[in-house]
Amino acid sequence: MEDIMPVIFVGVLAAAILLYVLLDGFDLGVGILYLFEHDRADRDTMMLSVAPVWDGNETWLVAGAVVLLAGFPAAYAMVMPAFYLPLMLMLLALIFRGVAFEFRFKAGRSRFVWDMAFAGGSLVAAFCQGLVLGGYIGGTADGDVSFRWLSPFAIFCGAAVVVGYTLHGACWLIMKTEGGLEARMRALAPKLMVVALAALAAVSLWTPLHSTRIAERWFAWPNIALLAPVPIATALCVLWLWRTVRTATYAPFLAVSAIFTLGMLGLGVSLWPYVVPFRVTIWDSAAPMPSLWFSLVGVILFLPAVLAYTAWSYWVFRGKVRMDAGAYH
Amino acid sequence: MDETALLLSRIQFAVTIALHIIFPAFTIGLSSYLAVLEAQWLRTKDATYMRLYDYWVRIFAVSFGLGVVSGVIMSYQFGTNWSRLSETMGPVLGPLLAYEGLTAFFLEAGFLGVMLFGRDRVGPGLHFLATLMVALGTLISAFWILAANSWMQTPAGHVWEAGRIVPADWWAVIFNPSFPYRMVHMTLAAYLTTALVVAAVASWHLLRGSGDAAVRRMLAMAVGMIALVAPLQIVVGDLHGTNTFEHQPVKVAAMEGHWETQRGAPAILFAIPDPENERNRFEIAIPNLASLYLTHSWTGEVRGLKAFPPEDRPPMQWPFWAFRIMVGCGLVMLVVGWWGAFLWRRGTIAIERRFLQLSVLAGPLGFVAIISGWIVTEVGRQPWVVYGIMRTADAVSPVSGASVSASLTLVAVVYLIIYGAGVWYLFRMFGVGPALPPQERRPVASAGPNRPMSGADIATEAEG
Repeated sequence: MEDIMPVIFVGVLAAAILLYVLLDGFDLGVGILYLFEHDRADRDTMMLSVAPVWDGNETWLVAGAVVLLAGFPAAYAMVMPAFYLPLMLMLLALIFRGVAFEFRFKAGRSRFVWDMAFAGGSLVAAFCQGLVLGGYIGGTADGDVSFRWLSPFAIFCGAAVVVGYTLHGACWLIMKTEGGLEARMRALAPKLMVVALAALAAVSLWTPLHSTRIAERWFAWPNIALLAPVPIATALCVLWLWRTVRTATYAPFLAVSAIFTLGMLGLGVSLWPYVVPFRVTIWDSAAPMPSLWFSLVGVILFLPAVLAYTAWSYWVFRGKVRMDAGAYH
Repeated sequence: MDETALLLSRIQFAVTIALHIIFPAFTIGLSSYLAVLEAQWLRTKDATYMRLYDYWVRIFAVSFGLGVVSGVIMSYQFGTNWSRLSETMGPVLGPLLAYEGLTAFFLEAGFLGVMLFGRDRVGPGLHFLATLMVALGTLISAFWILAANSWMQTPAGHVWEAGRIVPADWWAVIFNPSFPYRMVHMTLAAYLTTALVVAAVASWHLLRGSGDAAVRRMLAMAVGMIALVAPLQIVVGDLHGTNTFEHQPVKVAAMEGHWETQRGAPAILFAIPDPENERNRFEIAIPNLASLYLTHSWTGEVRGLKAFPPEDRPPMQWPFWAFRIMVGCGLVMLVVGWWGAFLWRRGTIAIERRFLQLSVLAGPLGFVAIISGWIVTEVGRQPWVVYGIMRTADAVSPVSGASVSASLTLVAVVYLIIYGAGVWYLFRMFGVGPALPPQERRPVASAGPNRPMSGADIATEAEG
């Protein structure tokens, strides 16, 4: 069990991070899209499309942090201070966008302040997440152990995450809105898609070029045959997105979700079995067995319930956004 | 170790947690109140209950939002600022926080959407379930985070292995010696805090002449709560203090202002402590009383600060003064509760202006008492972060003082803006009151018939 338990736990950690990216990514993207949409009614609709679920989405960010702490305290203690400033900036940006959900509908003349807080907070939070991602992957380059989150590569990753989330947000709005707003999102999404995919491709090529370990992981025989489905599936999803983005309701959102998932999978393949790239493995940093056991029992007992009522909540608010009298604002 | 980083990290944690706790404390009580209101509405179909629900749920939404965003930062600060604590104590603290996330945060967040936006989409039964789950989530959250905090105060159920803590008995870890007391004390504090705010808002509207049946009902409900819980809280607080005396005697010595170890120790009502010379000035004390309530014996021995080496003593002024503020608040609450209950029995509660004025003034006392209480227990634990095991100075991250001063500056600016706006909007909502049905509270100038989300909206600023 000493060997298997950290593997199970890194799976839980990866699931939490993936769910965060899938659920809060579009949510931040909707905020960033405030920069493109200026009409007040459209902005109301955009905010209302995520208002019932944003809190649950953001909870996965907390889940990611506490699962890392519970499962791999040594890695948590190493990674968190290394990204001190981008993490702090991200958290403060999330405060701005979070309160905007409440304050915007309470404000009169000062509404524009909370519109900017929502858009700016979302943008900064997404960019900071990209900086952390870039610094984290950047540490994989051979000989680099510094977590430089202000390197050109990290800044590039920051921009890539912003575009990716914005694309996901646009696809969410295609699914959730009607009329002119939906039409504009359908027109915007292909452009975002081109930029986002170029960025994804660039990062995917950068990592093997800068790390012989990662290059061997992907290109040595038989791995190249075993792992080929990952890029192939990604290409198919891109095709799926391209063919549906102008017409379908749900498919674009699902296609982007699938691309994000495959991107995470690819990252996992590159880094396995390290939790801090090429320095600390999951076994080196795992919490003692009594801690892992206790946490695992909690995951087994409660995670299915969490997923069930989260799905139920999305189901209750399914379909295009309706202006309910039942909304409390 | 970077001394600047340590000091600034302590300040940052103190500021963020003190400003955070205000809102969870308020929403623990308020979500339970909302659940009671909705249950009463379902049972009696009395529209007044629903009107009160509609009124308080909007205040709840703002407060809950502030609690969430100011809380996310907490789960990261353990790592960003206190990584040595996390690495060493993570095996105990990590799973407790993970349970808080799994059993409480998701429960609250998952049902909050339906509670706030879903009344037209689910039946009344399911909507009540959503309110109930949110209320339950706030209490479960308190359970886990207080278990973690209490373990840091009175660690139990662990062993040391290879330089780090390993949990040996989870039951002993969670139900550590101070946890049951802290849990009950904090939950009652949250209920009192909310009841005081509800009573203050009701009293304000009665004083202004904008009171109606709904306002009178919420005053009666709040006063009933205070009258029952305030005396109970005093008893629980005393038990909590006795527990602290057993496990953290130096904290009690600082709270009480005792320098010397004495048999038949006095209860010091007031004094100006003089830590330099290790004595008090202008002391007003009741002989033997502290021995009586701490040891339950007239001549029981109570150890003073001098019995502990100086490097193991907390900075005594903080717990000393904060303790007196907390107790003072508690006594005022007792007066509000019992005087209010007496007036309610006489049927004059809604017209007794002196009582209503006191009730308005007492509105924020719950928050004052909670923050004071936490200063007592957290500063009183110093110089330890995990009592007797790890010193605060050994817990800080290897980050630079410059980084922490940058983040602390940003925190100060952001919190000033956010809390300023939040308190402003909350007071505007308090000021509107539940007297009018929601439709009449619409903004006049801006609301077109199709304006989204304006069904129960209020403009809290004059429209341009």
